[in-house]
Amino acid sequence: MPSTTTEPMIRAAHLHKRFGDHEVLKGVSLEIGKGEVIAVIGPSGSGKSTFLRCLNQLERIDRGEIVIEGETLVTTDANGHCRYAPDKEARRICAKMGMVFQHFNLFPHLSVLGNLIEAPMTVKGLSREASVPVAEELLRKVGLFAKCDAYPSQLSGGQKQRVAIARALAMAPDIMLFDEPTSALDPELTGEVLRTMRQLADEHMTMLVVTHEMAFARDVSTRTVFMDGGDIVEAGAPGDLFGNPQQPRTQAFLNHMR
Amino acid sequence: MDYILNIMGPLLEGTAVTLQVFGATLVLAVPLGLALALIRLSRFRAASTAVAGYVWLMRGTPLMLQMLFIYFALPFVPVIGIRLPDFPAAIVAFVLNYAAYFAEIFRAGIQSVGRGQYEAAQVLGMSRAQTMRRIILPQMVKRILPPMSNETITLVKDTSLIYVLAMNDLLRAARGIVQRDFTTMPFVVAAAFYLVMTLLLTWGFMRLEKKYAVYDD
Repeated sequence: MPSTTTEPMIRAAHLHKRFGDHEVLKGVSLEIGKGEVIAVIGPSGSGKSTFLRCLNQLERIDRGEIVIEGETLVTTDANGHCRYAPDKEARRICAKMGMVFQHFNLFPHLSVLGNLIEAPMTVKGLSREASVPVAEELLRKVGLFAKCDAYPSQLSGGQKQRVAIARALAMAPDIMLFDEPTSALDPELTGEVLRTMRQLADEHMTMLVVTHEMAFARDVSTRTVFMDGGDIVEAGAPGDLFGNPQQPRTQAFLNHMR
Repeated sequence: MDYILNIMGPLLEGTAVTLQVFGATLVLAVPLGLALALIRLSRFRAASTAVAGYVWLMRGTPLMLQMLFIYFALPFVPVIGIRLPDFPAAIVAFVLNYAAYFAEIFRAGIQSVGRGQYEAAQVLGMSRAQTMRRIILPQMVKRILPPMSNETITLVKDTSLIYVLAMNDLLRAARGIVQRDFTTMPFVVAAAFYLVMTLLLTWGFMRLEKKYAVYDD
């Protein structure tokens, strides 16, 4: 195994996943380097969300290998059997990745601040005194410090998603995964969320973003990946992929989006 | 009025018995019900099925029969057979019975919390136990308050069943006086006592609901 400096942040190799008779992922491979911002685009049902969810074990793959920062989350042995790291180990590896969901999934019974300090306190065992300043700083960063004591139900969709981003960041992840973070938002609210994400990208956070926002993919991503039918059809610099797509399926999708 | 004051003594003694059965049942059946609900929802199929069978048995037979069985028949059961005095026998029957109902309420409450909450907790690195304790159960509490209010009010009135073990609860005390004095006034007073107890419970649950109303799901 090469040293960690050459090891990518995420290495996914030949991921296979099926739901019943439907094969959702047909051998997806992708490597993500430090500081890369990868946008994954594609029609719905292309497997892009499933791919993302496999990386942090929200879905379990049937075959393939996932290595996070040099540590193997899952691998497939010679007999084709998937072998996941032991539960505790797998949780530790997955904790390197923060995740933002389409439907926010904030904890409704906790205040905004409570949402941010919950995991640092229960998972990392930090004291309240140690967690609160970090949480407050993150809320300032996403422009919601004034909402510290509010409950999620009192926030707009855009504010909820910014809290969700701050909550993920509170665990100090090395990688951020976004699963269609603006798809559940009213159009006028997507801007504030995309701005927050752009800010993260500017700070060189490693990001993997499944999105329908073509402008975000084109302007912010360092590499855009087009998925269709359970596999990666084409990937490249956004300028190339959007300006001069090579594959007919990519061309058709981009034409359709325009 | 003098008559009512006169019968107050025995009726209050009866109320004390009623409240003891009520309190002991609540304190013991809630944790047992929660444990049953968690086993019912666990991945261990055999244990889950066993709990389902237990709930069926407890909800499917009369509480009075269960109480009579524990008091009169349990002593003759091989191995586990023990003879319990009347109060413990009543408590065991009430706890076993009510835990089954509570388990179903808890199960419904836990299952009403969406999958997204589990996923959010998981990606933050929380274990199953941490997720349950910190994220799911606190949300369950808010959702089960209305059915729990129902069930505890039913429990207050169900305590009158202990008369079959010849225990002097509120209703039996009232009946004793009715038969002695040939007046139905003690029934009226007993009804007022039950109403006061259920009113206090209703008020308590309303306060709890108000407390949990600070957030919406």
